[in-house]
Amino acid sequence: MTPDVHRTIEALWRIESASIIATVTRMVGDVGIAEDLVQEAFMAAIERWSQSGLPAKPGAWLMTAAKNRAIDQLRRNKLLDEKHQELAAQLQTEQAVATTEAAAAFAGQMDGTIEDDLLRLIFMACHPVLSTEAQTALTLRLVGGLSTQEIAHAFLAPEATIAQRIVRAKRTLAAANVPFELPPTSQLSPRLSAVLRVIYLIFNEGYAASTGEDWMRPSLCEEALRLGRILAELVPQESEVHGLVALMELQASRLRARVGPTGEPILLMEQDRTRWDYLLVQRGLARLERAARLGAAFGQYAIQAAIAACHARAQQPEETDWQQIAALYDALAQLLPSPVVELNRAVAVAMAFGPAAGLELVEELMEEQSLANYHLLPSVRGDLLAKLGRLPEARAEFERAARLTQNQREQQMLLVRAAECGNSFEDH
Amino acid sequence: MRCMLIMKATSASEAGVMPGPEIFAAMDEFNGTMIKAGVMLGGEGLHPSSAGARVKFGSGKPVVVDGPFAETKELLAGYWILQVKSLEEAIEWASRCPGHDASEEFEIEVRRIYDLADFPQEVIDAVPNERAALLAQQQAAGNNTP
Repeated sequence: MTPDVHRTIEALWRIESASIIATVTRMVGDVGIAEDLVQEAFMAAIERWSQSGLPAKPGAWLMTAAKNRAIDQLRRNKLLDEKHQELAAQLQTEQAVATTEAAAAFAGQMDGTIEDDLLRLIFMACHPVLSTEAQTALTLRLVGGLSTQEIAHAFLAPEATIAQRIVRAKRTLAAANVPFELPPTSQLSPRLSAVLRVIYLIFNEGYAASTGEDWMRPSLCEEALRLGRILAELVPQESEVHGLVALMELQASRLRARVGPTGEPILLMEQDRTRWDYLLVQRGLARLERAARLGAAFGQYAIQAAIAACHARAQQPEETDWQQIAALYDALAQLLPSPVVELNRAVAVAMAFGPAAGLELVEELMEEQSLANYHLLPSVRGDLLAKLGRLPEARAEFERAARLTQNQREQQMLLVRAAECGNSFEDH
Repeated sequence: MRCMLIMKATSASEAGVMPGPEIFAAMDEFNGTMIKAGVMLGGEGLHPSSAGARVKFGSGKPVVVDGPFAETKELLAGYWILQVKSLEEAIEWASRCPGHDASEEFEIEVRRIYDLADFPQEVIDAVPNERAALLAQQQAAGNNTP
């Protein structure tokens, strides 16, 4: 029994479409047109292979078929342009210029490899003229090879909304004349950050939803990991890319341990570590070493990966190297000053050097406006106060945290902790 | 999903014949392609079965039988672990393994790896784990701290 041609084509789309779209985009200059041409080539393949069976190298066949369609398109445009010129010789349209340039690029100066084209495509999909939402949808669509339906499903959005978003994104790129090229060296760092941000957003969309029953959302984690791994091989000298992949691998290694039987989230320190995915742990640790070997100072993702690695290395929660984690949060806070990072640092300091040291840092955050309604602040403070035996104050903090949290289970847990601090009668 | 591509043995692999530089390079390129595509999570080659053993169960105490083993084509020579979206994707990758001009027939078996989600919840819950043990301990100690 041979595999169904449609399912094989689907698999080939996933494996090949990004590279082929990238190659064709370089030829025709417009990513929307390129995607249409590549889709046509895949449709033609279904028709032909249903009758004659698969060729020996289906990927190469598809690439050639798509390139041929691109050449036809360029020829048609050129003919059209010539007619235009006959009709209105004075009108030198931008289209014609673009076409000529694309044709010239095609006619010999094929300066890039498929890898370069793929990288150009990634940068284009994450171009700053696009909104974050558009970048995310376009990246999943063009680089990840996901269908509009799959993206809509993953983001719990109507299919029409996502379709609209993708169409508009392509129009925006065309209208802004975004060139199909690698960013200039001066722009490389911020542009790469934008790409990493989009990939991590996709990952978090899946990670945050992994308690849900919908299979598609957790699989966004796998999609983000794949995108990250592809990018890491395209720019292997960039330590932050390895940092991000390491971070995602280490976080994903805990996916199956972070949800209890009834769907309740299980906090890191309470997870059954035997359920972690040690293949991903090993990969994440190895990837972090790779980032370290590049010698550059760690960026935000690599630092977060290093923190995740401290947890991953501890087979028992009590083996956790909290001093190291506190130092890493210190580095992260300097790089990415944020009250939430400071709060995490305070927790790590408390674990490493005792509750009093942690409380001191927490007190500094009490005036922080952005944390005014953040339930973890009173929750952490309550925990530290309780450890210091200041039970009435701890109780008040747990109660405050319980009022602030949106999560019912967490609220119950906080009220239990408040009750454990003794009742008000004993307090007074 | 994860799939395992299982490379079956040949008389050459069982004889411990190392692949020549050409095959080695082709395999290296094949692995590289899968790494660049972000799908390969791991993979190794295996020594011949003469350097291995079998541990047989089902008749009381496990019985150890040293290699080599006879049925060459059923033996394993190596494996890859891939993160893919479908079995077809894994099959497509397997089809790209170099060896079209191999002097000896060989095959790659493509299998799905079980995921925790494949097991019924009651089976998972029946397995005692550290967390359950910890909770039980705490309850026994009359301590409700989560």
